[in-house]
Formats: sequence, structure tokens, C-alpha cells
Amino acid sequence: DPQRTAFLLRKQWTLYSVTPLYRFSDTHLKDYARLLSISIAAEKQKGLAVEVGFELDLDIKVDVSSIPDLKGSDQDHAAILVQLSSRSPASSKNSERKLIWLGCFCCVSGDDLSKNLPKDFTYLPLFLVNGAEKYTSIIGSWFQTTFDCCFHRLAISPFNLSWMAAMWTGCKVDKTASATELVFSVPRLPQPLDISYAIHPEDAKALWDTVQKTPGEITQEEVDVFMDCLYSHFHRHFKIHLSATKLVKVSTAIASAHCDGTIKFLQSKHLMGVMMLLTELAISQIE
Amino acid sequence: HLATSLPLPSDSDRLPPKIDLIVFMIDIKNKYSLKKVEDSLAYVDPSYFLGKVCFLVTGVGRVNCCSIEMNAVWRLGEVYCSPMLFCELELEAVRVSTAQRLVRMLQICAGHIPGVSALSFSSLMWNSA
Repeated sequence: DPQRTAFLLRKQWTLYSVTPLYRFSDTHLKDYARLLSISIAAEKQKGLAVEVGFELDLDIKVDVSSIPDLKGSDQDHAAILVQLSSRSPASSKNSERKLIWLGCFCCVSGDDLSKNLPKDFTYLPLFLVNGAEKYTSIIGSWFQTTFDCCFHRLAISPFNLSWMAAMWTGCKVDKTASATELVFSVPRLPQPLDISYAIHPEDAKALWDTVQKTPGEITQEEVDVFMDCLYSHFHRHFKIHLSATKLVKVSTAIASAHCDGTIKFLQSKHLMGVMMLLTELAISQIE
Repeated sequence: HLATSLPLPSDSDRLPPKIDLIVFMIDIKNKYSLKKVEDSLAYVDPSYFLGKVCFLVTGVGRVNCCSIEMNAVWRLGEVYCSPMLFCELELEAVRVSTAQRLVRMLQICAGHIPGVSALSFSSLMWNSA
């Protein structure tokens, strides 16, 4: 049901890998929400409230829910969504709450590992966050203490970004698709320099179609040939070897990803494919 | 001698330099460096691959900045039957110990260590990898 996963689209998500959760239970979600509210209230009391922007009286409500549609295979555990919504004390009891923070634990086609897990562990290796860092650290600490797990920022290497560029360029998109853009950071200069290389999406797809031999399958060699074609084209015009720089960001009509470990999903049609790739990256970071 | 690629520019006034060891440097953060090395290998006389070539892979401290497929690097070592050293140039201690290893290898390749030939040493390194 695309409606239930629509909340993922067009927001900037920060990515983390999470080790298995010990003794996490889907039947206790309301209790977890309550305990999280208490944690947030306690942090406010502790003096974090002195920080500019942390409104003392802001009424924050925590919701923890399960999203059964957000998984890849039957072996995957359904995704868990944590939402923080707020209402200023000045407004009436019945006024609308504003969503201020979202955190989503999920696992999309993490088959290989969930098979060998001991009984009391829940495997949700990918964590996506949208919202202020101060809430991320409170909620992250609570999960780490309660379920004995570890969160690590997920970094995406230039090598993985080039796979994303090739995979996402290959997806069929409509006429109004945005350009495919690659951003490179040039190392060892006195002033930082970024090079942005934008390619018309139809040209990029046409190039990929000449490279890919078997539809539905992508090999490392095909990714290398695709990227080398783009690099040679750039070199012919600008005499700059992009292969000597660091690929830091890939943007296509499907999604955009940055090596700092942030992502934006732009299309619901290919959402699960991207989630599968991110789950794989999270799993390999944990290992 | 330092060079950014092979073949070395020919200087007809002087005799070509005597080379005992060739170290090819590959930076895993820089895909272009791998291509340069692959292209340059074609200009090396085959006799050098009997122990007088080694690969130095740098930038290995930061896996998150990796731009190269590591399998391609391993394959290079296998195809050219030459040892591979790994180092992180930004750490002084590692830099110093790597330099010491290279100097030791150079002494062997130049024939300064009696009883150890370049070929026997490289097959020792190659087999223990």
C-alpha cells in the first residue's frame, strides 16, 4: 500500500546501521512510547532545556507503531516507526499536533542474516531519521540502553555511490524526470572545490542501456564502463580527470544520496529497491 | 626516481637509470591512480616481475572513502605475481615502517643481501600473503 510508505518520500533522511535489538516486542509498542515520553521529559528537566530552541513548555507526544507493509520478504521484521509530535501550550487541547521528528527502523530483504539470529533478537539493521539531532540522541540512547544495541552513522563510499548512479539511471522514468547529477569533491586544494556534473536523464539512460547486457542484472564491470564513459566525456571537454576526485553525491529522479549517509527518496515506484540497497549497506557496515 | 606514469621520458644525453625495484602506488580513494598503474604496467620489461615489482596500496585507513573495487586490486597482485603492501600515509608510524620495509626490499633487489635473491624473497612474500 503506497499510502503507508508515502511518509518516506521527499524528506531528507539521515542513515544509521543498528545492531540486533535484544528482547524487543511488537506487543509493547505503547509502553515503549510512554517510556520514551518520560525520557524526553527527563532530558528537558536535566537542563538541556537551557539550550536555545528547546522550548520548555512544548508538549511532545511520542507514538511508536508498526508498519507491516515496509519489509522486503516474509522473513523480514515489519518496520517500526517512532513519531514525535508537538503542540504549543498556548493552543487548545483539540488543536492539530505538528510532526517534529520521525525515526524508522526497518529491514528490507535482509534474508541472509535473520536466518541465523538467536531467539530473542529482532533484526532491523537500517534506521532512518528526519528531525532535530537533540531528539535523535535522546531516542537513540534510550534504544541503546533498553535493547542493548548500537547505532552507527552509515557512510556511503564513492564506490557504493557509483553503483547507485548506475542502478538508478537504469530505472525507467517519465518525461518530466530531473537531470542525473553527480557531485565530486576535489581533494588537496587550498580552497574546497566541488564539481557538479549534470546529465540529461534520457541521455544517461541511453548510455546505460548500451552498457547493460542482461536486464535486471548489473555487474561491477558494467558500472565501471558506465562511469568511465561519463568521466571520458567530461575529460574531453574540460581536461579534468573526475576519476581522481571523490564522488560525494548522486542525484537522479529516483533518489538522491550523499556520502555523509543522507538520502532522499523521490519516487514511490522504486522506493523498495532503494531500501533494499540501503539495508544491504547497513548490514555490511554492521559486519 | 619518481614518475607519474611509464614509460619514463627518454633523455638521450644520459644513460637510462639502473632500476632495482619498481613500486606502483595505488590510492584506493583515487580511481584514476589504479588506471595509471594498469596502463604503466604494460611498459615494464617482463624480467622485472621476477621479484623487482611491488604494489603499495594507500588510503586503506578510510574504507568509507574507497572509490575502487578492492577485487580489482587483489587481481592485479595475482596477475603480476607481485607482493602487495598496504599502508596509510597519513599516519607517521605506518609511513616510517612502510618506508623501512621498502628500503629492505630494495637492498635485496639490488643484490646487497647475500644469500637472498629478489626472486626468492618475493615468492616468500607472495606465498605468505
